[in-house]
Amino acid sequence: MSKKYHVTTTVNGDEYEFLCEAQQTLLDILRDELMLSGTKDGCGTGDCGACTVMLDGTMVCSCLVLAVETEGSRIETIEGMAKGENLHPLQRIFLELNGLQCGICTPGILIAAKALLERNPDPTETEIRYWLAGNLCRCTGYDKIIRSVQAAAKEMRGA
Amino acid sequence: MTATILEKSGFNRDKKLKIVGTSPVKHDGIDKVTGRAKFGADLFLPGMLVGKILRSPHPHAIIRSIDTAAAERLPGVKAVVTRDDFPEIKAGTAGGDMTRNAMAREKALYDGHPVAAVAATSESIAKQALKLIKVDYQVLPHVIDAVEAMTPGAPILHPHVRTKGVKGADQPSNVIERLDLAMGDVEKGFAEADVIVEREYDTKPMHQGYIEPQGCVATAAEDGQIELWCSTQAPWVYRDRLTEILKIEQAKIRVTQSEMGGGFGGKTGFYGEPVAILLARKAKRPVKLTLTRNEVFRATGPVSGTRSRIKMGVKKDGTITAAEAELIFQTGAFTGSMFSNAPQAMFTRYNLKNVKTVSYEVVSNRPKVNSFRAPCVPQVVFGVEGVVDELARKIGMDPIDLRLKNAATEGYKTIYGETFGPIGFVETLQAAKKSDHYNSPVPKGQGRGVAAGFWFNRGGETAGTLNIATDGSVTLILGTSDVAGSRIAISMMAAEELGIPVDKVRAIMADTHSLGFNRVTAGSRTTYSTGMVIVDSARKAITELCKRAGQIWGVPEEGVTFEDGFCRPASSNVGTFEPLSIAQIAAKTTPTHGAIAGHSEMNVTGAGPGFGLHIVDVAVDRETGRVDVTRYTVVEDAGKAIHPLQVEGQYQGGAVQGIGWALNEEYYYGDDGRMQNASFLDYRMPVASDVPMIGTEIVEVPNPRHPYGLRGVGEVPVVPTMAAIANAIGAAIGIRPQSLPMSPPKLLKLMDDARAKSGGHAPSA
Repeated sequence: MSKKYHVTTTVNGDEYEFLCEAQQTLLDILRDELMLSGTKDGCGTGDCGACTVMLDGTMVCSCLVLAVETEGSRIETIEGMAKGENLHPLQRIFLELNGLQCGICTPGILIAAKALLERNPDPTETEIRYWLAGNLCRCTGYDKIIRSVQAAAKEMRGA
Repeated sequence: MTATILEKSGFNRDKKLKIVGTSPVKHDGIDKVTGRAKFGADLFLPGMLVGKILRSPHPHAIIRSIDTAAAERLPGVKAVVTRDDFPEIKAGTAGGDMTRNAMAREKALYDGHPVAAVAATSESIAKQALKLIKVDYQVLPHVIDAVEAMTPGAPILHPHVRTKGVKGADQPSNVIERLDLAMGDVEKGFAEADVIVEREYDTKPMHQGYIEPQGCVATAAEDGQIELWCSTQAPWVYRDRLTEILKIEQAKIRVTQSEMGGGFGGKTGFYGEPVAILLARKAKRPVKLTLTRNEVFRATGPVSGTRSRIKMGVKKDGTITAAEAELIFQTGAFTGSMFSNAPQAMFTRYNLKNVKTVSYEVVSNRPKVNSFRAPCVPQVVFGVEGVVDELARKIGMDPIDLRLKNAATEGYKTIYGETFGPIGFVETLQAAKKSDHYNSPVPKGQGRGVAAGFWFNRGGETAGTLNIATDGSVTLILGTSDVAGSRIAISMMAAEELGIPVDKVRAIMADTHSLGFNRVTAGSRTTYSTGMVIVDSARKAITELCKRAGQIWGVPEEGVTFEDGFCRPASSNVGTFEPLSIAQIAAKTTPTHGAIAGHSEMNVTGAGPGFGLHIVDVAVDRETGRVDVTRYTVVEDAGKAIHPLQVEGQYQGGAVQGIGWALNEEYYYGDDGRMQNASFLDYRMPVASDVPMIGTEIVEVPNPRHPYGLRGVGEVPVVPTMAAIANAIGAAIGIRPQSLPMSPPKLLKLMDDARAKSGGHAPSA
């Protein structure tokens, strides 16, 4: 039995405690220990972006973060994106404009898109495309994802 | 049962539609934007173990022995499975191949071939256990390339294989089959031609690239009952094949499909699922087995790489007189490429009379290929549409005009025997010709290409149920998987039939206990076939609603009609009654003999063929060989777009998969026969910044065999993509590439060679 480490973090505003092995990733713990399976595992090597979460305000691939490193940190995942009954505008507009097909990449893309719009409320198409270049989608060809982000940005700016 | 609905589907082009043709939010979407949707890896059961597979590092090796004793002794290990746990099935049979691909038996046949598996209480223990398993391999010479595998003296993968389709083949061979398919007289056809073009092409295997690796959870009870939760395009096919290789009764295994994170054909056959079942059976605990991306690349998918020689002749007036092809398909370690699609589809869309094809399917030491959108067709259309383009150039004809001149129309008898009904190829070409894209000037320094594609579209065995709840809302049980939005499209057709809002309908994907056999969700058959079954179910429910309304009113059911969601008296002779809504009738199900439902199963036929034309502009960097796709338009006949936003999504997604296949995606093998780029970093699929917006134009030439006129739309969008891009590159640099992918080093070499040939001057378009 490998030695386990005790970690305390805040996920979507709730405090969690967990035990983890040294080599376990934040993604492993989110999914297998905290049962927050909305964060997806597409590659485990930081190439597909399906496991994108916010860690202390920074966008990260949770498969590249060791769980033991997250002591005392603040994590936001897809499960915390809607507020009560209200979907985030990105979530709603992705639905309306068909910005998703199978949906496996969607949590990571929504987290990444939200991070973009918080830093740049009026991105160009090129800026959106480069910001999301770390999030693979094999279904949509990206067109409706980009359009959804553009529409959400516009709505959130009140334009 | 033959479906009467097919004979009188009730297709009426003048019918006013309220729901079909709109784009409502899909009901399964909300769980997908909030993280609630459960995919293959998202089921967690009490006591669940982690399953892991040990894979061969050798592309070709006899497995002398496997020693699992040390792994079994490791604390936390609850089960170890090897070939000895699988029932013996004769090599060379369908079941024999399936069981040997799930777990190597006599030999490991590719890098990544499973050789053993463990279930343990944690992932780290499972990984540690794999390292303790000792496999004694006798490494054999291997062969990766299909053409080399055909060469006499090449290492033989399967000693039992004798080439099918070759008379007197009595020696072991890597050529599984030779298939000859022809019509007319090509010699006569070529003799009539003014211009003949003959070229050779090659394409590389690409992976389906679904973002969700295969994942499953298996449970086995002491009485033999198996529960399997998995990400699949084919729950019933998995069930039936699992029962075949594990010798389980069909009723004793229930396959429940999870949400599927992409499949594109790659989840039509199982990989870790039988292993998970055997582990669960041994451990008497649930086992979750998910593949890593490395495993997905090394052991699942990909599509066939090809070599082809294509020859076509044309008269000066643009009439194509003959076509000939020789095709080689690499199928990986086992047969199953579906290569016969290629000779059937490659030229089909042109009204050719003289065609001759010879095709070969060849095994080599690579993972067994799996299907992918229009299996085996895009690879060879890459060549066909290059030849067609060159013919147009040589006779000085517009490339769309040449295609129009030879376009197949209703009544054309295809090489595979089907006589086309109403089809939309001409309309598709005309729409392309009129499109803004085709009529805009080609940006300076860029090239423009077009290419056309065809796919049969499919039907097949399909079952479904429609239930009306007592408040008048409706639930659907569907047997096909939902790969990208079929639940909402089928719900829309049910709502249209019943005259209720689509929000009153909810659909689920059934487990294998809930319905009869449903064929694999593939070939662009789902919205068509399951839509047909649910329309039939809705019409049966409507018949029942009329009967119930008659009971409530005390009149015979013939005296009741159904219109726009209400039962009404058929005429004033029946009596004066207020119309009854579905909800009002459903509320009275207790006094009127119980629940109201419709159910249907049929072997659906009549899928309308699909045609598309792609227009693409590219810029080629002369110094680096990099290609930028600057503008892309997909024009395709949908018959009728049930949910236009989703149809556009199919067109766009297919085109971008094709862009990856065209420009970048391929497998690299070292001399050791091991895949060298088994990660998304090294096997680079298109990312958002690689591609432009993808323009779409939906052509609608209804398929009269379907009540709403639809044709499948999922396969065609990838068929002409690589050809269109290659034609555009050809227009930009003056040389049309004949090898995929058209990656920077290859294009640089093409341009350098051309420069050397032309005495130092860069060729111009």
